[in-house]
Amino acid sequence: MATSTAEPTRRDMLYIATGAATAVATGAAIWPFIAQMNPDASTLALSSTELDIGAIPEGQIVTVKWRGKPVFVRHRTKKEIEEAENVQLSQLPDPQADSARVKKPEWLVVIGICTHLGCIPLGHQGAYDGWFCPCHGSVYDTSGRIRQGPAPRNLDVPDYAFLTDTKIKIG
Amino acid sequence: MSGPSTYVPKSAIGRWFESRLPVMGLMHSSFVVYPTPKNLNYWWTFGAILSFMLVAQIVTGVVLAMHYTPNTGLAFDSVEHIMRDVNWGWMIRYLHSNGASMFFLAVYIHIARGMYYGSYKAPREILWILGVVIFLLMMATAFMGYVLPWGQMSFWGATVITNLFTAIPFVGDAITTWLWGGYSVDNPTLNRFFSLHYLLPFMIVGVVGLHVWALHVVGQNNPAGVDIKDVEKDSVPFTPHATMKDSVGIALFLMLYCWFVFFVPNYLGDPDNYIVANPMLTPPHIVPEWYFLPFYAILRAIPSKLGGVIFMFGAIVMLVLLPWLDTSRVRSAVYRPVFKILFWVFIACVVGLGYLGSQPPEGGAVLAARILTAYYFIHFLVLLPLLGLFETPKPVPASIADAVLHGGAAEPAKA
Ligand code: HEM
Ligand code: FES
Repeated sequence: MATSTAEPTRRDMLYIATGAATAVATGAAIWPFIAQMNPDASTLALSSTELDIGAIPEGQIVTVKWRGKPVFVRHRTKKEIEEAENVQLSQLPDPQADSARVKKPEWLVVIGICTHLGCIPLGHQGAYDGWFCPCHGSVYDTSGRIRQGPAPRNLDVPDYAFLTDTKIKIG
Repeated sequence: MSGPSTYVPKSAIGRWFESRLPVMGLMHSSFVVYPTPKNLNYWWTFGAILSFMLVAQIVTGVVLAMHYTPNTGLAFDSVEHIMRDVNWGWMIRYLHSNGASMFFLAVYIHIARGMYYGSYKAPREILWILGVVIFLLMMATAFMGYVLPWGQMSFWGATVITNLFTAIPFVGDAITTWLWGGYSVDNPTLNRFFSLHYLLPFMIVGVVGLHVWALHVVGQNNPAGVDIKDVEKDSVPFTPHATMKDSVGIALFLMLYCWFVFFVPNYLGDPDNYIVANPMLTPPHIVPEWYFLPFYAILRAIPSKLGGVIFMFGAIVMLVLLPWLDTSRVRSAVYRPVFKILFWVFIACVVGLGYLGSQPPEGGAVLAARILTAYYFIHFLVLLPLLGLFETPKPVPASIADAVLHGGAAEPAKA
């Protein structure tokens, strides 16, 4: 070994460059093996679902499948709308006004997956007459907002649009 | 303890081979002349029982994989096809599904044995932690195996458990989507679970190899909790003594296993899993297999999503930390009067959690689960560290030979 100099030698430089290149190459080689597990092109292609809501009577909930998940479309009654609108936001674990969750007050469209661990809540059940999740007891109101139990968030509202008065497109 | 082998093959071919790859010598020193404490009781046969169960799961599993189809449209029917059409298919499937339960029964007894006799204490910490790693791999394997028949419990169990990852702040949703390969549990999920369900048991085989290696470096613990001091007086050779005793243990265990397989093959399973998976309908009451129930009860006892997940995994972290949480220098509960009581209270606590995990989370069950969850952690984090400081142990025998010949305690410790 030569005497130690303050200047790094050409050999040190080569060691570092080789080590760095190996690390980058290893990372680049591993990446495809991780990324292959993400949703594939055919899964991503399942984009939107259309639904004729004209046939849903007041008070009923219809469940449709969108991207492999259930979506609840609820034709709310006057009483249900009032209950949803007249809640003090400060009483809610995840405060959100009903008006921010609907496009037309009669129609509530939410993803039917409990925000706790993914079960499908049962409609017209629980203390607030919205939904009740049988898995660990989360209770949602007529706006799909969490009121009691372990779920952290309100039921999610998907992207949707009214194509006509009786037809919606989800996604 | 296994030191350099003194094994000399009898034949010339044997000697030629041994000088190139000393594998026979390794077997000889590990499983023939290896000194085992002479006071081992039947609780020490569970290691051999576990090895047997691992092989049984692999053999039955590889055979099932010859007839099973990992596709959401075909999986359920292919399992029914195994049950009805494949020669002996019903038996092989029942051996595999009940085998998983028997495997867990054995591992819980094996862990409890270690806790009672203090087998996790120095110098066996690494040995113990490798055991916890095996336990984790077993849980992952069994969880993914249970998804394969694609029944209602398969699907909803998979949904609830994979959703645990959504509790992770910021990246939780991305991780869960990555695990699923989609936006819900679906065909990509089933496919990868099958692939991993095939892989993990072989990783378990690898870790078992390390576990046995670590065991043979530090030597076996025993009911007296004192090390072998005089190989002549304190130990007997592995073969025939341990080999034969282990065989008896395996035979007795097989009787229980066969009773389940041939008389009550569906007793431990959930009838809902004979209904094909329906992603649009959650069964009214989701319960995991019995061996996950205590952890499931802890998950549900905490009234916060992230908190529940943290405590559930924390329950296993307690096992990893156990060698350092127990501050007593005496290993065996035989000489620790207070610890012995706490051990049984702890076992009752875990069994109680298991029962509560099977009940719907309503009313008194929730409160009881919270109390027992608190106790579980208090046992590890408060009672064990303090007990080592305040408990007065009974006198420990000077050697294994002493423990055997004079019934253990009361021997004045000699210099
Ligand atoms: C650590 C060892 C193993 C454990 C604990 C285990 C556990 C399980 C469990 C709990 C099931 C669900 C049984 C049911 O309810 O029907 C299952 C199914 C299955 N396992 Fe395993 N397994 C193990 C090893 C293996 C291996 C090595 C293979 C080889 C490929 C395998 C292949 C299968 C197949 C094809 C199924 C689906 C058929 C069925 O559901 O009966 N397993 N496993
Ligand atoms: S999944 Fe709905 S309460 Fe847990």
